[in-house]
Amino acid sequence: MTALEAVDVTRTYTMGGVEVTALRGVSLAIEEGEYAAILGPSGSGKSTLMHLLGCLDRPTTGVLRIGGRDVAGLSDTELAELRNRRVGFVFQSFHLLARTSTRDNVALPLVYRGVPRAERRRRAAEALATVGLEHRLEHRPGQLSGGEQQRVAIARALVGDPGVVLADEPTGNLDTRTGDGVMDLLERLNRERGVAVVLVTHEADVAARARRRVHVRDGLVERDESP
Amino acid sequence: MRYGESFRVALDALRVNRLRSALTMFGVVVGVAAVVVLVAIGTGARDLVEREIEGLGSNIIFVAPGELSLGSAPSISRMQLEDVAYLGRVTGDESAIAVALNSGETVRAGRTQTFAGIVGANENLRNVFDRPLRRGRYLSRTDVETRRRVVVLGSDVARRLFGDVDPVGRQIAVAGGTRFRVVGVFAEVGQTFGQTRDGEVHVPVTTAQRMFGVTRVDFLAVRAPNSEAIPRLQKQVVDALQRKYRGERFSAITQTQLLGTIGTVLGALTGVLAAIAAISLLVGGVGVSNIMLVSVRERTREIGLRKALGARQRDILAQFLVEAVLLTSLGGVAGIVLGAGSALAISAASPVPAVITWWSPALAFGVSVAVGVFFGVVPARRAGRLDPVTALRAE
Repeated sequence: MTALEAVDVTRTYTMGGVEVTALRGVSLAIEEGEYAAILGPSGSGKSTLMHLLGCLDRPTTGVLRIGGRDVAGLSDTELAELRNRRVGFVFQSFHLLARTSTRDNVALPLVYRGVPRAERRRRAAEALATVGLEHRLEHRPGQLSGGEQQRVAIARALVGDPGVVLADEPTGNLDTRTGDGVMDLLERLNRERGVAVVLVTHEADVAARARRRVHVRDGLVERDESP
Repeated sequence: MRYGESFRVALDALRVNRLRSALTMFGVVVGVAAVVVLVAIGTGARDLVEREIEGLGSNIIFVAPGELSLGSAPSISRMQLEDVAYLGRVTGDESAIAVALNSGETVRAGRTQTFAGIVGANENLRNVFDRPLRRGRYLSRTDVETRRRVVVLGSDVARRLFGDVDPVGRQIAVAGGTRFRVVGVFAEVGQTFGQTRDGEVHVPVTTAQRMFGVTRVDFLAVRAPNSEAIPRLQKQVVDALQRKYRGERFSAITQTQLLGTIGTVLGALTGVLAAIAAISLLVGGVGVSNIMLVSVRERTREIGLRKALGARQRDILAQFLVEAVLLTSLGGVAGIVLGAGSALAISAASPVPAVITWWSPALAFGVSVAVGVFFGVVPARRAGRLDPVTALRAE
């Protein structure tokens, strides 16, 4: 079963009156349980591709299917619901709410799904246990190390049981050893829970750990390496 | 997102920026407090006036020359004592018609003297205005017809001139010499418009006319047997007087009509004051709008994140709208407390009455919630419409 599928997708922006084409016709399918890396230099269009795969944006032309569903006809509200249920995001800069406890940060996606508060707190604690932070439930993000913060973000991505986790340079703000720990965690989750992981990175050694590597350059898929 | 969650997030946001929230609220607090205080004072003033006019007695028609309305200059009267008999023939009840000629003079008993309002009256005035006596009798028809020098004292005048001694049968001197014999004393009635009618002395109108060298009376009052008879009597009296005094106009109005006029004027005044106070509420609302725009800008990344995690436009809109409404409604409650407290303090410390009606705090609270919605909706919509990709990248 295909989790995410792009068929001949283009994306054009207008910036200061100038048209910029970020994607020129990309076709890509991410299967359920897959572990893939999207690799490319900055400006290659890999971030735009990730935003599209994560339903944060819509393609200019082409077809985008999330869990088999074409996003073209969906309203903003339907798109938000799809994002909430199907995709988990992990960002380079963690994106945690600074004044909110670890547990409430992790529970945030469930708020928008209408899950009752007690249930949210229980599931957030479970997700934090999965990433090895069950002893940090009531800490603020500022009281945690960078590696711990990224693990909180991973717990938040997992809490809603999405099919896919999209990780945008997840180790970009971490030292090598901590970064390795985060990668180990993502790989373990992929292996044990069967969640598809899509890494977006410009670091070859991070990408090298993935089973599949999709090289993007100038808005096109240059090479798709599978073992 | 459920409203409980929006509420928690909003409360948290306000707590983080305590000083900023307090300053923003202050504009709303002042506006609401001003509305509550001014409405309380306006209502108090109106109640006071209405109570005092009601104290004048019921179903009395006041007849005066010219247009009798609030703010018009008084006209010189040409009405005579004979008009009582004339109008009595028209209305059928002469005993319900009173006349008065007013002046103010010094009165003296022995070596004690005081200032009193002299009312030249006919024998009907006491019944028309329902003024009970404490001692003696009121002026009689014979007193009026024969220009007797007899006087009925108000309770204050009696006390000042005679202390605890019963004044009936004693002599007083009015206006530097004319001697009058006291025949009665009024029971105490209290104040009307800050003037005490207990400081009046009543003498026969004919005696007063001679003393002051005039032939007129100042006004005429007709007591209607019931309120249904009022319109008919008003018309009869005015028509009869205008037939007699050709080319002159007369008004005959009741206390209810006077009350209506004063009530309208005070109501309008209260409305104008409240509207001026409401302008400060408006200014407070603009402050709220401004701070909410700042708040949206500061939290652009947070909005981007929430959208990435599945927040819909209306979730974000609700979050910021709840924050704005919370800001103004907390300000509204503080303003009501401050306003009601000030009104009570003003009422206690000065003669200005203040009455807090149930509707003015309710209205003020409703308005502050509405201000929050009105001034919060633009920033909240802006937040809701942010593009998630752009918002996530914001600094």
